[in-house]
Amino acid sequence: MSTVALTSARRIAWRRRRRSAAAAWRQYRSNRAGMVGLVVLVLFGLLALAAPLLADHAGLAAVNSTQNPVWASPSEFHPLGTDHLGRSVWTQFVWGSRISLLIGLTATVLAMVIGTLVGIVSGFFGGRIGGVLMRITEWFLVIPFLPLAIVLAAVLGPSVQSIILVIGITSWPATARVIRAQVLTVKERLYVDRSRALGASSGHLMGRHIMPNIAPLILANTTLTVPIAILSETTLSFLGLGDPTRPSWGKMLEEAFAAGALSEHAWWYYVPPGLGVMLVVLAFVLCGNALEEILDPRLREQRA
Amino acid sequence: MSARFVTGKVLGSLVTLFFVICFNFFLFRVVEGDPVASLFRGRNLTVTQREALTKQFGLDGSTGEQFVRYLEQTAHLNLGRSYATNQPVSKEIASKAWATIALVGISTLLSTVFGVLIGIAAAWRRRTKADYTATTFTMATYAMPDFWLGMLLLSFFAVTLGWFPVGGIEDASSNATGVAHLADQAKHLFLPCLTLTLAYLGEYALVMRSSLLDTMREDYLVLARAKGMREILVRNRHAVPNALLPVVTIIAINFGFVLSGAIAVEAIFSWPGLGLATYDALNGPDLPMLQGLFLLFSAAVIVFNLLADLLYASLDPRVRTA
Repeated sequence: MSTVALTSARRIAWRRRRRSAAAAWRQYRSNRAGMVGLVVLVLFGLLALAAPLLADHAGLAAVNSTQNPVWASPSEFHPLGTDHLGRSVWTQFVWGSRISLLIGLTATVLAMVIGTLVGIVSGFFGGRIGGVLMRITEWFLVIPFLPLAIVLAAVLGPSVQSIILVIGITSWPATARVIRAQVLTVKERLYVDRSRALGASSGHLMGRHIMPNIAPLILANTTLTVPIAILSETTLSFLGLGDPTRPSWGKMLEEAFAAGALSEHAWWYYVPPGLGVMLVVLAFVLCGNALEEILDPRLREQRA
Repeated sequence: MSARFVTGKVLGSLVTLFFVICFNFFLFRVVEGDPVASLFRGRNLTVTQREALTKQFGLDGSTGEQFVRYLEQTAHLNLGRSYATNQPVSKEIASKAWATIALVGISTLLSTVFGVLIGIAAAWRRRTKADYTATTFTMATYAMPDFWLGMLLLSFFAVTLGWFPVGGIEDASSNATGVAHLADQAKHLFLPCLTLTLAYLGEYALVMRSSLLDTMREDYLVLARAKGMREILVRNRHAVPNALLPVVTIIAINFGFVLSGAIAVEAIFSWPGLGLATYDALNGPDLPMLQGLFLLFSAAVIVFNLLADLLYASLDPRVRTA
């Protein structure tokens, strides 16, 4: 008897969640800017996934490009021309999209995990642990991000992993603050008290009641953190801290600048990677704003 | 503002500054295996030379002793010597600070003024073509890597059109003085300054726009209009001053960050400031220089954050009790 009631309660909760997700998607679809952002993201996602089909990875190595002309402008053989070593810019652009997106997404996931953990723990438990965690968060907020990232990247050495780590551990504090604020309001709600009175453990409360309530917030925060992570990656790579063996768009810009693409008038070398960064960043911001509007209807009035 | 509020904020900032100093010491201890060896790689050093150099770089004694000595020296603004030039780091930084302060100061000023004006115009003409254009433009400049924007401007205005020099702070071959010298420097300043202005402007415009839109729903604007006040006065006397509050805080906070924000842009334009110094120190690597710059950048952020807090509290009485 009691198990029947339990499963059906759970089923009701799931049905309710599914229904609200469907409603959210309907709202999202009606947001034109958000849909444009989503389409652009899907296109770049496909570009990154289909990289092996679109361009030969071997073309990234200068030794395989010796028969190509250097500084060739776009043509049917090289859709985006060639660089100072005769490598196809299109090949670099396609493979660079993988690294830029990979770093942007993974660093954001890392930042979200840290930010959510710190936010939940300090919001839910409060007290001394919460106070200490918030102090650390505030400290990270005032440390200048770029110099810290530069110093850390210089310490860890230039590799994709260290860039991810550097961006991840420098971009979580804002999320931690937002999550904490939300947890503080959610944990005072009546159903949480009721559940606690019925003997629910902290783990149960966090998993069943707190998490579902902050999940949409985490999603919106994720879409707004990825663009910052991608911009940071571009700057760090440009400053020479990127992985030389797995070039990203930022690394391309560094090489283009160092090789003198500006004085060679080789716009096909330095325009595409920057444009790629700009479009992806813009698309993520548009998606993030659309998600935020669904979460906070007051914003809709304001932004319209 | 109560004395207690101010003291609390100041003490908090000092604690943060102390953390940064400690962090700075230990972080660079991790990276430096043996700087003397890496600096004089391939050269034969006698034992006495080695010892002298170790001492000169402050690397003798235990970590604890080094830490105490580091704290003492930092308190006296002695940040060690640059590996690259063998000059004191503090002297190197001081000589380069002016170029950055000029560049970043002017761009911050311009971007604040234009950003706020664009934000006001966009909010007041909400949902018109002007609003959409302004918002799209500011979003686009926000989404660009700032140094890429610099590369585009440099390639077009300096390389293709030849209107501006491609880099540096002055024409090395000319020995102009007085006004001509200043004009030469202004010409060199133009492109990096335009880049940073455009790069910073977007955030101010977007924040000002949304803040003004919030204010526009307030009852006191309805009252002002009901009194028969002209629309322009409603805007300038009632809406804008209240909407400026969050923007002022952001400006104050960003002031601290701008010092370090121009690293890549300075590198693009070879602007001989702290950003280019960071870039060069990274490529050295010149660790004492990097350490000193990091300390300065962090201190700037902490100081301006403190100022932002105090400014906000004096402008908005509600914050003081929070």
